[in-house]
Amino acid sequence: MYSEKVMDHFMNPRNVGEIEKADGVGEVGNAKCGDIMKIYLKVDDGIITDVKFKTFGCGSAIATSSMATELIKGKSIEEAVKLTNNAVVEALDGLPKPKVHCSVLAEQAVKAALYDYAQKNNIVIPGLEDYVPAKDVHDHHDGDGEE
Amino acid sequence: MKKRIYLDYSATTPMKKEVLDEMMPYFNEKFGNASSIHSFGREAKEALDIARDRIAKAIGAASSEIFFTGGGSEADNWAIKGIAFANKNKGSHIITSKIEHHAVLHVCEYLEKNGFEVTYLDVDEYGMIDLEQLKEAITDKTILISIMFVNNEIGTIQPIKEIAEIAKEKGVYFHTDAVQALGNIPIDVKELGVDLMNFSSHKIYGPKGVGAIYIKKGVKIHPLIHGGAQERKRRAGTENIPGIVGFGKAAELAIENLDAHIAHIQKLRDKLIEGIKNNIDYVRLNGHPTKRHPGNVNFCFEFIEGESLLLSLDMVGIAGSSGSACTSGSLDPSHVLMAIGLTHEIAHGSLRLTIGDFTTEEDIDYVIENLITIVDRLRQMSPLYEKVK
Repeated sequence: MYSEKVMDHFMNPRNVGEIEKADGVGEVGNAKCGDIMKIYLKVDDGIITDVKFKTFGCGSAIATSSMATELIKGKSIEEAVKLTNNAVVEALDGLPKPKVHCSVLAEQAVKAALYDYAQKNNIVIPGLEDYVPAKDVHDHHDGDGEE
Repeated sequence: MKKRIYLDYSATTPMKKEVLDEMMPYFNEKFGNASSIHSFGREAKEALDIARDRIAKAIGAASSEIFFTGGGSEADNWAIKGIAFANKNKGSHIITSKIEHHAVLHVCEYLEKNGFEVTYLDVDEYGMIDLEQLKEAITDKTILISIMFVNNEIGTIQPIKEIAEIAKEKGVYFHTDAVQALGNIPIDVKELGVDLMNFSSHKIYGPKGVGAIYIKKGVKIHPLIHGGAQERKRRAGTENIPGIVGFGKAAELAIENLDAHIAHIQKLRDKLIEGIKNNIDYVRLNGHPTKRHPGNVNFCFEFIEGESLLLSLDMVGIAGSSGSACTSGSLDPSHVLMAIGLTHEIAHGSLRLTIGDFTTEEDIDYVIENLITIVDRLRQMSPLYEKVK
């Protein structure tokens, strides 16, 4: 069902935890739908020097959070904002179709954290100009294709 | 080899060796078609009769009241559609509950699309139906009540005898899905007073793909599978003789060993329930504390999600199941957990562990030990847990 990479990131997730006095924090999803992701960023001179996450959810929710944090660590905020859910899926050697929404959630969590950072610092990150923090960005209901 | 502990006996059971031994000759040596007149056919027919007698004896029925099917789901379909179509001149109303197996619920939904009316009874926090609500739901159009004996997810045992009395008084047929009950609690159809009751072989250490239904003499029902004259013209199709032989043997063994089986699994069930309650915070036992399947353990672990729990358990060789949305392939957690009033948040963290004959005390110790570590690991990762700490 899951690739070895997904299982590895589920069993040995990278960057789990919190950052005290984080420069940006993003939380997406909701408990009702069964997954919440929270990402913490430490940013120095426009570079993400540290990133941590906490996730409530299934195996792929945890694995995509872990992979997303790996993919943005050490990157500039401009690069990080370009992270797509597809990049996360590819880096994990694929996800079962009903689990693709987890990768969307991971992308959204990264964007939410970057947006929070931009708000706190009164800057605009290219690519986030039109970003509206949604109360519930969870798109569980689209394209699951199962039943 | 890596340690493997199977705690999913309500999903399926391993076949017992005695069952397999009894089946073996019927694949190649005694391969006849039970409808044939020659000696090959007679051999098969004889085996069919013995198996039927064994099932009948296991539940206190007459052999002529037992019909073999291709499994529990087929039998559920047959019971409900068969009664509905045979009695639609009398009425078009069916009563069932919100916690039935999908083999009942989806049949009822299908019938609703085809002119029947269905009432879905509520259950309380333990999964028990309300007999008063049942009485009130019965109208002069009601033709069938279908309420499961033992719930497959939370193990709750319904008051079958009382339901049967109400049904009888109102002149309504009563069907009960007893797939989880057979071999786990004593059953006597005459004493219970039910009209239809169905079973599945692979839940009682028999082969998969075979089931049976008890249809009380005189019950007006249509066939589901039309065709040949098998099963006294009620269920067409060449009989699965090896499967039926295995089912018969499994039922015989189940009844012979019933007391010891119940004592064994109940002791381990209670040990597991206590072990979880005493060692892990923020847990909720789902189902009835006493009126429950002797081998059923079902807990919700707050702040974590069921699929990640199952995957983690699987990594240490423990096999369980969950009612979380992520494991059901749908958006919502299990309909049973919703019906007992759990919130989505809590229901996502459900874990069912079902115990059977081959479970040992050491297995339970191993499970408790690992569960403590796994739940803690997942909670440390959960943003919901940090809020309550």
